[in-house]
Amino acid sequence: MDQPQPILKVTQLSTCFRTDQGEVTAVDNVSFELFSGESLGIVGESGCGKTVTSKSIMRLLPEHITRFKPESRIEFDNANLLALGERAMREVRGNRIAMIFQEPMTALNPVFKIGWQIEEALKYHTKLSRNQRRERAIEMLRLVEIPNPDQRVNEYPHQLSGGMRQRVVIAIALCCEPDILIADEPTTALDVTIQAQILRLMDELKKKLGTAIMLITHDLGVIAQVCDRVVVMYAGQIVETASVHDIFHRPQHPYTKALLESIPKSGKQEHGKRLPTIEGIVPSLFDLPVGCRFHDRCQLAEDRCRDEMPQLTTPHDNRDVRCHFPLNETS
Amino acid sequence: MAMIQVDNLVKHFPVRGGILNRVVANVHALNGVSFEIERGETVGIVGESGCGKSTLGKTLVRLIEATSGTIRYQSEEITHMSHSELMPLRREMQFIFQDPYSALNPRMTAGGMLREVIRFHKVVPADQVESYIDSLLGKVGMSADAKKKFPHEFSGGQRQRLNIARALAVKPEFIVADEPVSALDVSIQAQILNLLMDLKEEFSLTLLFISHDLKVIEHFCDRMLVMYLGHVVEELPCDDILEKARHPYTQALLKSNPVSDPDERRELVLLEGDVPSPRNPPSGCPFVTRCPIAETRCSAEMPTLKQKDEGYRVSCWAVE
Repeated sequence: MDQPQPILKVTQLSTCFRTDQGEVTAVDNVSFELFSGESLGIVGESGCGKTVTSKSIMRLLPEHITRFKPESRIEFDNANLLALGERAMREVRGNRIAMIFQEPMTALNPVFKIGWQIEEALKYHTKLSRNQRRERAIEMLRLVEIPNPDQRVNEYPHQLSGGMRQRVVIAIALCCEPDILIADEPTTALDVTIQAQILRLMDELKKKLGTAIMLITHDLGVIAQVCDRVVVMYAGQIVETASVHDIFHRPQHPYTKALLESIPKSGKQEHGKRLPTIEGIVPSLFDLPVGCRFHDRCQLAEDRCRDEMPQLTTPHDNRDVRCHFPLNETS
Repeated sequence: MAMIQVDNLVKHFPVRGGILNRVVANVHALNGVSFEIERGETVGIVGESGCGKSTLGKTLVRLIEATSGTIRYQSEEITHMSHSELMPLRREMQFIFQDPYSALNPRMTAGGMLREVIRFHKVVPADQVESYIDSLLGKVGMSADAKKKFPHEFSGGQRQRLNIARALAVKPEFIVADEPVSALDVSIQAQILNLLMDLKEEFSLTLLFISHDLKVIEHFCDRMLVMYLGHVVEELPCDDILEKARHPYTQALLKSNPVSDPDERRELVLLEGDVPSPRNPPSGCPFVTRCPIAETRCSAEMPTLKQKDEGYRVSCWAVE
C-alpha cells in the first residue's frame, strides 16, 4: 500500500515577533503533518505557541512585526503558504483552509444578519448566484443542526445562544467545503453540555465531508474524545507527537505525563487527595532556560538536561519525543 | 448548629424597558434555594452558566441583596443586617473571585493591598503588619519580595495566590470561592487546588466552592449542590457521585464531560438544546425542556427537593 500523502506539511516552522524587548521566537522549529480525514490535536498551556502555529498557517499574524525564519515551510497543495502573495493566500484562506475561533461572539459581526455572513464567504470564493447563495446558507445552517434555518438566517448574532453562534461560525467555515478546518479552542467558552454537542457535530461533519481537522485546545479531555493524533507543545516547541492512545497510555515526555496527572480524576479512590502538580511556571519566551526548556520543572532532570537542548527524535513509528530520557520506552 | 443556613432564598433581578423604564420582566436567578453548610465542610456548587451559582455565592455574603428568604450565619440572621452591623462579619466571610487580575487593583502593589485590609480590620498590631504580610505570602507560596510588585508583574497563578492571601489576611472563618481556578492552566489549577486544600486544613476553614467543572468539584468538595435555572436539583456527597447521582441533569453533566482516556470514548451528547432563559423559565420542573425522561407530569407540576438519605436530596418525579 502506498504511504498516504499528507495534505498539509509543516516543516521547521519558526515564527518570531519583534517586540519592544527584542525579538522573541514564539514558535520554534515546529514540524508536523496533517493527513486528510484525520483530526490532529495540538495541546499545551497558555503561551506555548499553539495559536501562533495555527495563525502562521492561515497567515493571520500582523505582518509588520512577524518574521518567519527562512527554513520555515508550510506545504499545502504543492505550494509553500509562507511564500504566497496576499492575493493567492486569499484563495486558500476561508476556501481551502478555514478556521474557527474560540469566542463565537467576537468572530461574528454583530451588525450583520448571520445569513449575510455565510453568504459573504460564498460570494468571494464561489460563482453561485444570489439565490443559490441564500439556499446554500440555509442548507449550511441545517447541516450544523440549527432549528428553523429559514428564519434563523435572518437573525443577528445577539439573537442566538453561545452554542448556536459557534454552530454559525462552523457553518461559515465549512460553507466552501475546505480541505482543512483549524479549530482554535472551539468549545472553551461553552458549557459542557453544549461542548458535547459541538464536538459531536464536528466529528459528524468530518465523517460526512472528509475534512481534516486541526484542533487546538488546552483541554486533554477534549483531545481524548475527538483526536486521532496529538502534538504536545511546551514553550514554543513540540515536545511530543504520538497517536492519541500512546499519549494517554504511554506518554514518553515527562511534561505530557505530568500534564495528564494534574487533571482531577473521577472516582472514589481519588476523592480529596492532593493532585500531582508541575512545580513552577512556564518559562518566559524572553528568558528561556539553557538546555531542555522543561528541565527546571522536570522531576527527572539530570545534568545533561540543563546543558544540552534535546532534539526531537523518533524512537518508534509515528512517535516523536524531545527528551534525553524518554519514559515508557519499549523496544 | 450549622455554620450557614440558607432558607428559601429568592433573587429576582428586574429587567427595565419601555419609555417609562418600568419593570417589564424579572430574571429569576434564584428560586427558593435552601441548604446548610456545617463548620469545616467544603460544599461545591456546580451548574452551567446562568444557573445562578455566582448569584448564590454573592448573595450569601451580602454582596447582592436577596429578594426574599433568610441567610443565617452561626445562627444569626444576616439577611437584613445594616452595613455597620455587618462589618465585623465581613471579616469572617471572605470572597475569592474568578478573574484574578480584575480582582486586584492594578495601581496598588501586592503589599499595599494586603496592608490595606490588615490595617482596616486591625488584624494585628501596627508594628507586626509587615512580618504578618511576609508570613501570609509564605503561606500561599510566594516570596516576600512580591510585596513591592504590581499585579501585572505576576503570572495568573501568582495573582490567584495573592487573592487567596488577601482573603486569608483577615483570618476568616468562611470563604466563598467563585470559580477560583477556571481562568488557569491545568498545571497551575492543580497547584492552586492543592494550596486551597492545605490552607483549609491549616486554618480550619469552611468553604463554598463554585465551579462549572464537575471534576474539580468532585475532587475538592465534601458535598455538592447541582443547580439548574436557579433551583437546586440535587444535593449529594462527592465521594462517589457516579453511583449516587440520580437526577437526569446531574447524570447528563457527568456524561457530557469528556473522559481523559481515548479508549473510553463514548457518545457524549445527552442533552439537546440550550438552557431556557431565566427571564422566562418553563412551568413545572425547570429541566423539563431538555430532560430525556420527561413525562406530562413534569411540565405540569414542580417537583420538590426531598431528602432521600443522609446528605442526599433530589428534586425529580422520576426518582420518587
